[in-house]
Amino acid sequence: MPSSVMPTSRKSDGRSLPDAVSAIGLRKSYGDKVVLDGIDLRIPAGTVFALLGPNGAGKTTAVKILSTLVTADAGDLHVDGHDLTTDPQAVRAAIGVTGQFSAVDGLITGEENMLLMADLHHLSKQEGRRVAAELLERFDLTDAASRPASTYSGGMKRRLDIAMTLVGNPRIIFLDEPTTGLDPRSRHTMWGIIRTLVTSGVTVFLTTQYLDEADELADRIAVLNNGRIAAEGTADELKRLIPGGHVRLRFTDPAAYHSAASALEEVSRDDDALALQIPSDGSQRELRSILDWLDSAGIEADELTVHTPDLDDVFFALTGNDQPAQPHQSKETVR
Amino acid sequence: MSAIALAVRDSNTMLRRNLLHARRYPSLTLNLLLTPIMLLLLFVYIFGDVMSAGIGGNANRADYIAYIVPGLILMTIGSTTIGTAVSVSNDMTEGIIARFRTMAIHRGSVLVGHVVGSVLQCIASVVLVGAVAVAIGFRSTDATPLEWLAALGLLALFATAFTWIAVGMGLISPSPEAASNNALPMILLPLLSSAFIPVETMPGWFRPFAEYQPFTPAIETLRGLLLGTEIGHNGWLALAWCLALTVLGYLWSTAKFNNDPK
Repeated sequence: MPSSVMPTSRKSDGRSLPDAVSAIGLRKSYGDKVVLDGIDLRIPAGTVFALLGPNGAGKTTAVKILSTLVTADAGDLHVDGHDLTTDPQAVRAAIGVTGQFSAVDGLITGEENMLLMADLHHLSKQEGRRVAAELLERFDLTDAASRPASTYSGGMKRRLDIAMTLVGNPRIIFLDEPTTGLDPRSRHTMWGIIRTLVTSGVTVFLTTQYLDEADELADRIAVLNNGRIAAEGTADELKRLIPGGHVRLRFTDPAAYHSAASALEEVSRDDDALALQIPSDGSQRELRSILDWLDSAGIEADELTVHTPDLDDVFFALTGNDQPAQPHQSKETVR
Repeated sequence: MSAIALAVRDSNTMLRRNLLHARRYPSLTLNLLLTPIMLLLLFVYIFGDVMSAGIGGNANRADYIAYIVPGLILMTIGSTTIGTAVSVSNDMTEGIIARFRTMAIHRGSVLVGHVVGSVLQCIASVVLVGAVAVAIGFRSTDATPLEWLAALGLLALFATAFTWIAVGMGLISPSPEAASNNALPMILLPLLSSAFIPVETMPGWFRPFAEYQPFTPAIETLRGLLLGTEIGHNGWLALAWCLALTVLGYLWSTAKFNNDPK
């Protein structure tokens, strides 16, 4: 299993920044089921951190624990410098949380939701109205402000949710799968919102099952699988962890496939798909030399595709158990 | 801000949220009001003659109105608190509660908001049912202002006690439907009390339960305050029940609420 051989990368950059979130040995089980099996996280202030993992990996549980919703079984946990077990109220004052399931009050209007948050943050009436109007405007909800939140579309609810989270000017924001269930347009809007948050100096902890989202938004990414951190680093560092780049040759004729496989020695074989993979970085020069080599060996594949490593490769290599989403990755052999 | 000021302010915010819900979606409260009002009309106009004949010897519908109104007033409170259990359970399934839990607010304010909102709803419901009762001929005989005040106090205490229990029932119920079922005793208990017939007319084996369950002492006390009947030890019993249920419901509800959400 690849995850056991992948070391968790520990980078020393950003040491000067104080940690917005730090967790050492975080554990949580529900009954016999171990959800988080001793994970370590360190998020420097002002950065975006993505916790990436398949469904059921424990992402939401990690967010619930770090946002004081659920208590951990063990672990030295600090958020904004406050100990989660001894001073949860101080943690709460520093954070904002937008959960996976909409945390808006559907029975009241968008504006009333905002004013409710303003009241709970103890803003004065005037200040509360101003902040509410400002955020509704910023998230393009002014027109819908007087409608019950239950009538909002998924994207609008998510925007209202984030707007409510921002009322208290949190320094650390937890976003649990902020774009799950959104259409592509709303998803890009949400990405824009998250980028804007970061420019204002907020620390963002987001969970996602989308690799492109982590790649797009996060400074650092941790891959969570079966309750453990399988790897951690920047997107580039993670991509370097696995040798995913290759040229793939597919044959329709088994005989041609077998003669090619015996002619080319340094390849990995996929006998079921009649496909061969030749390691390659995908550059023009290497591609030409591969083509020359194939020509001289008299091999003609029915299909040739160039595959450059992306986070998908990392993800499937690290979390690759029995059911990857794309068939061609199932037989991926690591050289 | 001091801890108490914070608690009051947050509870007040939560109360306003709950009243907003109740005002915008009054159907639940109004539906629950139908039961006591229907029972009142049913027992007075359909069963009235037989019931009063059975109790007092001669059929007298006006006497029977006086007899059952105190019980129905308290049944109104029981019925309204079913709505509390349902709305608490409903609320707990909403993501907004998770949000509240991650905010630096007074933790108990969510429940206190529900309780105060529910007690106010109980009082409004009692006023409505009381108005129907007066419209069909109910009159208090010799209640002094002090007795009226005591009656109001009793109703408020009773509403608080049953509301805290209802909040606990709402918290342990996995769905609003389950909450509605769990809270059914709130409306069944009055049927097994002295609300419709005197306890003395019930079978002997059943009498101890009917006599000492929370509704009977409260009904007898209210009857005594409004109609001048004998209160006896029922006053203290009612008070003890109210305090005990309030404390029990409060401890139960806050313990449940402080547990990690599922």
